[in-house]
Amino acid sequence: MTGNMHLGVEEPIRECQYNQICTHNSSPMDTPHTKKKKIKRKWQVFPGRNKFYCNGRIMMAKQTGVFYLTMVLILVTSGLFFAFDCPFLASNLTPAIPAIGGVLFVFVMGMLLRASFSDPGVLPRATPEEAADIERQIDATNGPSGPGYRPPPRTREVVINGQTVKLKYCFTCKIFRPPRASHCSLCDNCVERFDHHCPWVGNCVGRRNYRFFYLFILSLSFLTIFIFAFVITHVILRSNRTGFLSALKDSPASVLEVVVCFFSVWSIVGLSGFHTYLISSNQTTNEDIKGSWSSKRGKGNYNPYSYGNLITNCCAALCGPLPPSLIDRRGFVQPDTPQPAAQTNGTGACPSNQVQSHMAATNPLLHSQTIILGGGAPLQAKTSLGGPCSTLGPSQPSLPSSIPGLSCGGELMALRDSEIHCHHHLHHQHFISPEETPSPPAALPCATHLGHHVHPAQLFDPASQDSLHEDSVRGLVKLSSV
Amino acid sequence: MISAPRTATDRTKLPYCHESFHNLQELRHSASLANKVFIQRDYTDGTVCKFQTKFPSELDSRIERTLFEDTVKTLNNYYAEAEKIGGQSYLEGCLACLTVYLIFLCIETRYEKVLKKISRYIQEQNEKVYAPRGLLITDPIERGMRVIEISVYEDRGSSGSSSGSSTTSSSGR
Repeated sequence: MTGNMHLGVEEPIRECQYNQICTHNSSPMDTPHTKKKKIKRKWQVFPGRNKFYCNGRIMMAKQTGVFYLTMVLILVTSGLFFAFDCPFLASNLTPAIPAIGGVLFVFVMGMLLRASFSDPGVLPRATPEEAADIERQIDATNGPSGPGYRPPPRTREVVINGQTVKLKYCFTCKIFRPPRASHCSLCDNCVERFDHHCPWVGNCVGRRNYRFFYLFILSLSFLTIFIFAFVITHVILRSNRTGFLSALKDSPASVLEVVVCFFSVWSIVGLSGFHTYLISSNQTTNEDIKGSWSSKRGKGNYNPYSYGNLITNCCAALCGPLPPSLIDRRGFVQPDTPQPAAQTNGTGACPSNQVQSHMAATNPLLHSQTIILGGGAPLQAKTSLGGPCSTLGPSQPSLPSSIPGLSCGGELMALRDSEIHCHHHLHHQHFISPEETPSPPAALPCATHLGHHVHPAQLFDPASQDSLHEDSVRGLVKLSSV
Repeated sequence: MISAPRTATDRTKLPYCHESFHNLQELRHSASLANKVFIQRDYTDGTVCKFQTKFPSELDSRIERTLFEDTVKTLNNYYAEAEKIGGQSYLEGCLACLTVYLIFLCIETRYEKVLKKISRYIQEQNEKVYAPRGLLITDPIERGMRVIEISVYEDRGSSGSSSGSSTTSSSGR
């Protein structure tokens, strides 16, 4: 949450106002006519699909409905716990219980807000001169193509700690993506060390907020187990005195809390375990799904980013230095600098929109599913607090980072790898589906399976053509897992 | 091709040397931008921030290779210091975690402190080394830490003064 610190200019007060970013028309050219030469801050002309609040201090994804659902669930469950169960427990057992519960709750909310509101590590788009320079270099390296010689796709190879890593060129941002970076089609940004896009947190999870995300799910696991255990204790103690049914009648909130906690604990604890594994091996969800560093790809395949030591990996991920935000949200737009790559957002958005309608046409379940995630049906929410996040994370066979050549074989391997890696998450998906009602909520896990199994052909065709289609495929895949 | 002035005595013959460039905006206004050279990142050590020290051919006539390499190496060292994982960063991380990261509302992170050092260093390098040669380094943080952008200027107002400088700028093309 760091802005540009040395700008002390106060602009007319507009505190905590929500300003939707107009992604197609935002350019400083328009502003002098409409805004009477008002100097704009950089977040107001940001080319990605993000929402900004509090004058650029808070940054979130465009769809935040599910985030509010997360907040409501946590606040309501914890509130009921403190209001109805804690008085009994404090007087009959120990006042340490509400105290510890309070600390856990504050920690959970703090981490959630930090993960949701910070910049995940968005890479700013290239300035026009940079983009031109890269184009020149690409043309120079490709050289004249002879007969039968297909110019290589826009990739650069680099050897990191003995492993060859391919850096891909991002058509939207007009940069060669650093290693481990990936383009999020939902937010239309390249994000450093991209893990996944989490709708429950309402933001991408990347280099700058991964530790907050991990601490959030970890502390939420503890909080859920804590509440579950002590609500059960409360009911048992009461029913020892007055009988089970009257105990339930005396504290009806306990029933709701137990149900919410019971159904969330599996997903959240599972997700915490998965991310603990990722941290200890220094991989991102992306890399794990695609099996980038798995030994199945080849004998000499290993993770070049791992420090070799489990403890060092954990410490580096959680206690390493926190890099600053690269996008300077609260800085002022210099009137003479041209805005980088703002126009391409239109072209970047178009394939995604086409993909969206294509997907909606071919898979009506997905269409209803996107409505669910936007609106938040309470039934679905109760049973799968962490569910979609667990399905989202692992089940994105996100093509964004470094699939060389986009050949059909490569695609197949990526999808197959994603199936393999989803096996240990299937228990989340399979758990969710029987619990949910057969109507729309079931579309959530079903659609993710469909994304994997049913549409490989449809995924291959657009992807085999051109890297621009790769962006749309990415959007397709992301939509299927959302 | 006449190379850039190599000694301090030669440099005093430049038209704008006596102005000492406290305000680097003067360079931008009095000279016209000819070209921009981009020094890309070097990823061979992983995702740590490090720039390539390969000397770009466009600067061949403008600045000495050793000066350029020194600048880039010093910058690389600063970034390595910022991203170093060790006792101090662990302490900072644990303390921040215990305070639910609210402590960063009051104090600066180590990374931010080093970034300030870097921008002071770049400012100083621009004033002492690069601006007298008609070059300007842009802080990488303003370019998303992707490139070191070096703006190459041709001076416009050098018609009457020492021919060395004007041929220096024009001979680089």
